[in-house]
Amino acid sequence: MQKLGEFKLPHFFNYPPYFTLQPVRDTREKQIQLWKELILDYCKTQKVFVIGLEEEFPLFTNTVIERSLTFEAREAFLLALVSEGRAEWMDKGHRKCLILWHRIQEWADILLQFAKDNGLEDGVVTIEEIRFGTESQGTELQGIDRTILNRALKLLEQKGKLVVFKGTSTDDEGIKFSV
Amino acid sequence: MTGNSLPPVKLTDSGRPVLLPNEIECFFLSGVDLLCEDEPNTWFPHLKSGLLILTTHRLLWIPDAAVDASTSASSVPLASISHIFPHKKSLKSVFASPRVRFQVSPSPERGVATAGSRSVVVTVVVRGKGDCDAFVAKFWENWRARAWEESEKAMSSSSNVAAVAGSSSSGIYSSDGTVRMVGVSGILRKEQEMWESTDKSLQDAFQDLNALMSKAKEMVMLAEKMRQKLLSGSNSQTNTTNDEEMGSKEEMQELLLSVGIISPVTKESAGALYHQQLSRQLADFVKVPLDRAGGIINLIDIYCLFNRARGTELISPDDLLQACSLWEKFDVPIVLRKFDSGVMVIQNKSHSDEEVFTKIKVLVMKPDALRSGISPSDAAMTLGVAPAMAKEHLLSAESKGILCRDVSPDGFRFYINLFSEIDRDDMHLVKDHGIYASWIRATPAHG
Repeated sequence: MQKLGEFKLPHFFNYPPYFTLQPVRDTREKQIQLWKELILDYCKTQKVFVIGLEEEFPLFTNTVIERSLTFEAREAFLLALVSEGRAEWMDKGHRKCLILWHRIQEWADILLQFAKDNGLEDGVVTIEEIRFGTESQGTELQGIDRTILNRALKLLEQKGKLVVFKGTSTDDEGIKFSV
Repeated sequence: MTGNSLPPVKLTDSGRPVLLPNEIECFFLSGVDLLCEDEPNTWFPHLKSGLLILTTHRLLWIPDAAVDASTSASSVPLASISHIFPHKKSLKSVFASPRVRFQVSPSPERGVATAGSRSVVVTVVVRGKGDCDAFVAKFWENWRARAWEESEKAMSSSSNVAAVAGSSSSGIYSSDGTVRMVGVSGILRKEQEMWESTDKSLQDAFQDLNALMSKAKEMVMLAEKMRQKLLSGSNSQTNTTNDEEMGSKEEMQELLLSVGIISPVTKESAGALYHQQLSRQLADFVKVPLDRAGGIINLIDIYCLFNRARGTELISPDDLLQACSLWEKFDVPIVLRKFDSGVMVIQNKSHSDEEVFTKIKVLVMKPDALRSGISPSDAAMTLGVAPAMAKEHLLSAESKGILCRDVSPDGFRFYINLFSEIDRDDMHLVKDHGIYASWIRATPAHG
């Protein structure tokens, strides 16, 4: 089986038509579905949060069979993810895509669970600690993208589960849970 | 009950008459009855409502299958006609269908009647549209020209030449003083003479043509005016039950066709007679090239081949299209087909897409094809058709979900469709003995 870094690629990754956007509707639907899954899988395991359409993305090129997705194809697959709510465009020009292999709501739930697991129901913790602290080591929160984290926090703030307060610098930003 | 003692006419599969050597068709009339009003009549049949074709050698009568399927196509050799009666105009003839009368003498050696039969007077009743006067003029012309005698003379003289060649004769002059056509010089001389006579007749023709050219502009304008009138006439009438109107309109249509302007009312008139005959002729012609091309051939190729075979009197692309579209009305084994890509082809009715797809599936599952796919040229070799046709088949197979395309700097190739084999819920799952498994076996994993 082929690997991309530590990621195990499925067999069809070496199937040349996989890298050509198929014109026939039914075939294309299946192709899109497989690409969506693959992208989400890859991003989840490799902790990739952002895909830039104009940048190199290892998944979009297969050096073994010498095939690469065209710009049109990449756009099509990312658009499919966005339509499904598993991704969002970060800019008006649709050049950068935020990948939500967990939806914002799921991240929010993970945060709450984190709070419960670490006895922080009424506690205070900094953003830094959530992202890189010892408690988050080995959890999904480790290295979480700032944008996504902010969105999840906002969501929880609206629900009254926590309060975000600013510190003296951005690194000191913290949250107080009230779960 | 009168018998049919006329020589039969052999027809091709598409209903076209098989002509004698050197026989040329000169005039067509539809809706024609041939009958003999003499009493008693023992041998001339009553032929109803068929197509009458005047040729240089014969009068051919071909039944209209819709009207009378039992009678077979018959002919009256012009050689057996002893007299053509001049047309007598009377009050009665103004209202009735035009009639032409001629006398046929029995001639058993030509297949006309049996020995001991009487001469009869035959009446041609022209019930359909058609210029009867022009027909009569041509009829007289052909009958007087006696083209069949030249054919017979040619046949007997060629046997004479054979006999003479047997006896000793040297020198370029034959016994009757004409220059002999022997050897290479003979062939060259023959060619020369042919060119000279063609040249002269062309010159004569161009004299008239020069005169025509000076009038050309006026002619074109006149023809356009007529066409516009026809178009507006057909649009304003919703329910044309007026026979006279239809008759003159169709005459105009034929006039325009002969000048080369596309008939504007084809849909209403179910195709002019010209297109019907062309359609049948085309159906006959297409058989051989179609088989040679593997059962499917590009329309453009047929256009070139057909016109090249005709030599003169070339048909326009529009004529070809109209002729092909008329095939639906006749019982011919070929159809015109348009692919999604816009390419038009002619193919046998028996051609089965399913068969082609099966062959493609077999080809694309071979280990080489699993590894690197197939190109249109690969398919062309297996299917026995031209690469352009093969590409159309591959595209059809793709649209049916049998194949997938691979577009790369290496070119345009097709693979078996694996997408349908991959499990929706587990993309790593590979079923044993499936197409996916075969593909994996054929493509060794790298890295």
